[in-house]
Amino acid sequence: MELDKIEEKDLKMGKANQDVFSETLQALAETDKSIIAVTSDSRGSGKLVPFGEKYPKQIVEVGIAEQNLVGVAAGLASAGKKTFAVSPACFLSARALEQIKNDVCYSDNPVTLVGISAGVSYGALGTTHHSLHDYAVLRAINNIIIVAPADNFETEQAVRLAAKTKKPIYMRFGKKAMPFLSEENKTFEFGKGRVVREGADLAIIACGETVYPAWLAAKKLEDELGIKTTVVSMHTIKPLDVKLLETLASNGRPIITVEEQMVNGGLGEACASYLFQKGFRNKFKIVGILDDYTVTGSQGEIFKHYGISQDGLFKTCKELLDF
Amino acid sequence: MTHKELKLKSVLLRKNLLKYIYKAKAGHTGGSLSCVDTLNVLYNRVLNVDPTDFKNPNRDRYIQSKGHCVEALFVTLADRGFFPESDLETLCKYQSHYIGHPTKKVNGVEQNTGALGHGLPICVGEAIAAKLDNKTHRVYTLLGDGELPEGSNWEAFLSASHYKLDNLYAILDNNKQQITGYNKDVMNTDSVREKLEAFGWAVKEVDGHNLEELENALNNGPFETGKPNFIIAHTIKGKGVSYMEGVTKWHHGVPSAEQYALALSELTAAEALI
Repeated sequence: MELDKIEEKDLKMGKANQDVFSETLQALAETDKSIIAVTSDSRGSGKLVPFGEKYPKQIVEVGIAEQNLVGVAAGLASAGKKTFAVSPACFLSARALEQIKNDVCYSDNPVTLVGISAGVSYGALGTTHHSLHDYAVLRAINNIIIVAPADNFETEQAVRLAAKTKKPIYMRFGKKAMPFLSEENKTFEFGKGRVVREGADLAIIACGETVYPAWLAAKKLEDELGIKTTVVSMHTIKPLDVKLLETLASNGRPIITVEEQMVNGGLGEACASYLFQKGFRNKFKIVGILDDYTVTGSQGEIFKHYGISQDGLFKTCKELLDF
Repeated sequence: MTHKELKLKSVLLRKNLLKYIYKAKAGHTGGSLSCVDTLNVLYNRVLNVDPTDFKNPNRDRYIQSKGHCVEALFVTLADRGFFPESDLETLCKYQSHYIGHPTKKVNGVEQNTGALGHGLPICVGEAIAAKLDNKTHRVYTLLGDGELPEGSNWEAFLSASHYKLDNLYAILDNNKQQITGYNKDVMNTDSVREKLEAFGWAVKEVDGHNLEELENALNNGPFETGKPNFIIAHTIKGKGVSYMEGVTKWHHGVPSAEQYALALSELTAAEALI
């Protein structure tokens, strides 16, 4: 099952964010010879085959060895290379976690860690291939920016910005084509959420590929019930845009967070923790993958099972508003 | 520096590392004593590094994978002028940068290490970058024999030979012991030479306490064009202090006042014989 279908008139369909990542990196590599992609037999799924063919001196293959992938990337970055270490998010953020913690973050080597086929993108391949822990584990590590772009615009901006940012960064992408979520808001900065729809009754804060179903749910709420919803692509999970959070919470509206992540320790808990400690008591709901034996199925089916869909979020929002 | 002066330096560095371990009441004594001759040769005979221009992109890189033996590194760096030796009075003290493992907060330290099996992969990245940029500097790491079972080392061994990194030098401080006892009893890593040769490295074995042998090996690479260099430095844990030599408990044992005095007197006696 695909993700929710959209009507052409509402949103312009784009490509998979993963594809935009590789195209952007290739475009940057053409003029910036210090850009290096490091891969762990992952250039196929990372869509980096054309990159490797065009710039063979700018790709370092380490084979299926994620610890070495990150260690080597740290060494390359330390030597001045703009290094993008590309591997499935599930392996990169678990197998190589100690290398991320020590060799990249603690040693402050400016590697951009790129988790591909993130979240439940691998669908029926199962839990071994899901990355539902990466936000939580990386949030607990000092000195890393965590980014999950929602659409092709954010993806391109994130990759371009990463090439200019001399700090450790983790960014992750999925495999499904994503629509452009806002033609109006064309601002992008790490640590600044992007408002893609505005309304005073409710706020949905989402990241990555869940911003799209959040947007669809907001549209349905308005079309069917007249409920006006603000939808934020909180593409940077760390550092969190706390100023925007406070603005959203200040009128007392209910807040829903959505993420392709286990609900423990991710975007939702980051938002809840901040707001609660600041004294906000808005109604609050975290939507994500529950802490259970993850249901099997395609990405769309898993999303639907956990209510990360237009109808699921529509229902959750209605309930939160006692509608 | 004459060879005699270099030998005297090794004794001085032993005295210094014992002094700061004794003062801090913490440290990895046995391993620091086994690898300090290697560090002496590296910093006084081999590495192209300048304490006043440490960030020079053309410098040789030295990344200490066996980060726990930081006391040997710190006293060597202090002696080479990277920072005043008096800084080491703060070793392991609150808010000091001189902690129990190397950190880049200390002038002369390339990378933050301490978790084992991390140094070599970073060196592989550094060595690939040097090759890509046609630079001639060399990249060195010091591995402990106790950290050889870490799988990341073997991932890095593979990639170093795959990329023909003959600008990379891995030195094994082969003191044969680790915190629990002898390597062969904890996890047998015998036949290292054969293993590394099978992985495509060029291997040399030296007496890790013979400064000339160390210098000859470290300054006469690459051993084979297109192959990374592996130096097995046969060493003795606790080398230089009779009651520490080969005794496992000195892995991170701290001497008492009497033991410290005895160690110093033994080292002073050794000095007189040089």
